[in-house]
Amino acid sequence: MNTGLLSQLLEVLLALWLAPLLTGWVNQWRAWLQNKSAPSLLQPYRKLHKLFHKEPVLAEHASPFYRMAPYLVFGAMALACAIIPSLSTDLPLSPAADAIALVGLFALARVFLSLAAMDVGTAFGTLGARRDMLIGFLAEPALLMVLFCASLLSQSTSLTTIVDQFAHRQFAIHPSLALAGVAFILVSLAENARIPVDNPATHLELTMVHEALLLEYSGRHLALLEWAASLKLFAYACAGLALFFPWGVADARSPEVLLLALPVLMGKLAVSGALLALLESVSAKMRIFRVPEFLASAFLLAVMGMLINILLGA
Amino acid sequence: MSPLFLVLGFPLLGSMALAFFGHRPFARTLNMIFSLGTLVAAGALTMEVIARGPVWVWDQEFFIDPLNVFMVTLTAFVGWTTSIFSSPYMRVEIAQGKMTPARLRLYHSMYQLFSFTMLLALMTNNLGILWVAMEAATLTTVLLVSVYRSAASLEAAWKYFILCGVGIAQALFGTVLLYMAAGKLVGSGSDALLWTHLETIKGTLDPHIMGLAFAFLFIGYGTKVGLAPLHNWLPDAHAEGPTPVSAVLSGLLLNVALYAILRCKVLADGALHNHLASQLMMGFGLLSVVMAALFLWRQKDVKRLFAYSSIEHMGLITFAFGMGGPVANFAGLLHMTVHSLIKSAIFFTVGHATQKAGTQLMEGIRGLITVNPTVGWGMLLGALAILGLPPFGVFASEFLILTTAMREQAWATPFLLLALGIAFAAVFARVQPMVFGETSVKTLPHPPALVPVFVHLGLGLLLGLYIPPYLSTWYAQAARLLGN
Amino acid sequence: MSTVLTQSINLLAAILLMLAFAMLSQRRVLSLIHLFTLQGATLALSTAIVGVATHQPHLYFSAALTLLLKVILIPLLLHRVIDRLNVRWDVETLINIPTTLLAGIVLVIFSFYLAQPIAQMSLTITRGTLGIALASVLLSFMMMITRSKAVPQVIGFLAMENGLFFAATAATYGMPMVVELGIALDVLVGILILGVFLFHIREQFDSMDIRHLEKLKED
Repeated sequence: MNTGLLSQLLEVLLALWLAPLLTGWVNQWRAWLQNKSAPSLLQPYRKLHKLFHKEPVLAEHASPFYRMAPYLVFGAMALACAIIPSLSTDLPLSPAADAIALVGLFALARVFLSLAAMDVGTAFGTLGARRDMLIGFLAEPALLMVLFCASLLSQSTSLTTIVDQFAHRQFAIHPSLALAGVAFILVSLAENARIPVDNPATHLELTMVHEALLLEYSGRHLALLEWAASLKLFAYACAGLALFFPWGVADARSPEVLLLALPVLMGKLAVSGALLALLESVSAKMRIFRVPEFLASAFLLAVMGMLINILLGA
Repeated sequence: MSPLFLVLGFPLLGSMALAFFGHRPFARTLNMIFSLGTLVAAGALTMEVIARGPVWVWDQEFFIDPLNVFMVTLTAFVGWTTSIFSSPYMRVEIAQGKMTPARLRLYHSMYQLFSFTMLLALMTNNLGILWVAMEAATLTTVLLVSVYRSAASLEAAWKYFILCGVGIAQALFGTVLLYMAAGKLVGSGSDALLWTHLETIKGTLDPHIMGLAFAFLFIGYGTKVGLAPLHNWLPDAHAEGPTPVSAVLSGLLLNVALYAILRCKVLADGALHNHLASQLMMGFGLLSVVMAALFLWRQKDVKRLFAYSSIEHMGLITFAFGMGGPVANFAGLLHMTVHSLIKSAIFFTVGHATQKAGTQLMEGIRGLITVNPTVGWGMLLGALAILGLPPFGVFASEFLILTTAMREQAWATPFLLLALGIAFAAVFARVQPMVFGETSVKTLPHPPALVPVFVHLGLGLLLGLYIPPYLSTWYAQAARLLGN
Repeated sequence: MSTVLTQSINLLAAILLMLAFAMLSQRRVLSLIHLFTLQGATLALSTAIVGVATHQPHLYFSAALTLLLKVILIPLLLHRVIDRLNVRWDVETLINIPTTLLAGIVLVIFSFYLAQPIAQMSLTITRGTLGIALASVLLSFMMMITRSKAVPQVIGFLAMENGLFFAATAATYGMPMVVELGIALDVLVGILILGVFLFHIREQFDSMDIRHLEKLKED
């Protein structure tokens, strides 16, 4: 029980502290790949530090809800990071939420953020909220299908059980998981406002989605939301790694692997961050009207994965 | 050596020879000679089968029984008479500047190759080769239909290729499934696709797979039979190709495709122990009869009119074989024969009439009986024969089909009667003015070959009045092969 | 060993299915040809693997035939055709790709439903892939229906043939050699004829849009 508590605590802290680092790492790689001089790895921390020390400016008509939203979003993301078995599958919090609840958590954060963006009644906030909801309503079913695909293979919707099973089985090629993996990448790009769908580095009025939502926030509110965005990326990366590359995750039977799990996770995150930057550098941003096609492909891949799973039993 | 090789050898050799000489003036005669050779060889083959019963040739790869030898003879015969008709027809086409030497070469060569593929499809014992031959027949006819290179003929050929290509792909899937079902019992290898082999083990074939296999085979080959709703290619291909091609398409190719379905039906019936195959055939057959009859009303082009009539008759034959039983099978075979003969005869007269009028639109064709009485009478008699007027063979077979339907499938009788009535009214109302109306067209530079028309009509009449005993035993044997 | 082989066949089958979907939603003619080439390569590879897994040497031959015909010869022909017709950079306006993809999913479910009982009775190691093969055939069929340009239609036709070939390999370890050769010959002649047709159509209509081919219909 103690090791369980320990690993749970370690995971949450790790997520909170490492998430901005991952964002910085991706940004650095992106700059390198585009032949620019890269910002420091610690730039996101500096930004957060700066923002936390600024006074938040609130719009005149902002409701209390507007002030609550950053905390809610941040809380949801932190909880999401807590239930994804990135280091260990021995997590006391995991019975609290399974794979479906994870999707629910992301949805919750999205809804609050969108409502808050519309709350102050600016044009950009509303526009961003509408676009974000469009992306969300297409991405969530695809994400659910990806998770169902994994659930079908392990006969459980509990994330820890799924990862536990995946980590301790013989090597086998699962076409369904391969398809689900590709679908997951597509969904992650859309959900984290990455390049083919949205550009995290732009404030171009007509194309931005996620940045438009945060436009009116400032000070610690903005810091929390930026941090939450980092956490979301971190959560997606960890979920993907746990589902598709689960080797090296510790469990209740062998808690000592926990020591090993940390460097393994760091390594995997470093590689996937670099790959994400590569993916972003080689693809062009698509028009917003193409996004439904993009996400329909993700949905299609995930559903095909499920169907193939049923047909082939593999 | 078996005459079978000659039956295949003549057209194959002919297509090669005509690929070189097809544009020469003597090519038209050469075409006739090769077709005659095929017919003589087919006759010899028939004699052999009558004398010795079913034969296997070349390590069982070819199989001749009363069912297919009858079709082989019919194919060779109509192939020959069409080549006779084709000779003056092509002379006129050259004179009118529609055929260039290159096109003529292609036409003659493909005509022989088309005969070859049909005969191969009929005689092969291997269901895989049957598919290959059917696809090859599609390819050759695509070239024949598009031979004028006009916008309309290209469109017809493209539609034909795409639709039949898609259809026949389904048949390949069905063949694969069939091979799978057989492979479970006898192991893989060429044996597992031999029809005679499958026929002996048909009772033990897996019914699940066979049901699906037959469904795919039926859709695939059914597209080539022109069954509704997969018939779209048929009127276009008939209307836009040269008329001899329309004659062999209607008279022969549709029969061969139906033959492929019949062979598959025998296997499916043996394996399935239910009426799936029969019901499919009756359903689609009836649908084709009704749809074609309704479409007949709307036709303006004379070749399209008779193309829809072909759809109607193929539907009727499919329905008859779907009912099954000795009488219906007998009637179906008889109807196949007379339809082949009479429909090709009609196309011969139509070909001449359209050349004369310079249009295929029926309102432009008038007064055939005053311009050329033989053509006029030929078309009139042909139309009456195909509509099922009593002394002709179509009456006999339709009578048998209808009475069997009344007894066994009473629900279908009103549809059949109604459709046949509509078809009668539609076709007769259009043929009558073409034959008797007023006209002022000039005669053509070359006289038409009208002997084939009257030979075909005479045979159609004969089969309606009196079926020679050896022919009726032959039909009965073939009908028995199709099971119940 | 053999389980890895079986699994890789399954993986290749899944890739084939995905390629069929990709072709369904691909707008560019050039990319379609690339996808078709890729499909041919996947097909050749899977045939060879089935050959290894089942010790059927004749499958190596059909794999080689596939490689020659569908990865080298036909794509080469297609490239020449689009060059000569000057449609290399053609982009087709496809409406509503998401709906098409969803309809595709329904087709896949239908074909899996059809193939499932057969797969359970079959003894071959590749039994599961029959449903995938059928789905690829139907998807290519749908692609042919939804296209209005001639070259994509031809590619759909060829893709359908690929699906059929995969079905033959998956369900029965390949058809008898003589049949397979016959099919290959038919396909080759067919594509040649279609290629010639494309030029004639171009000549007649001055366009590769088969919407021009709508003169012949019942009025």
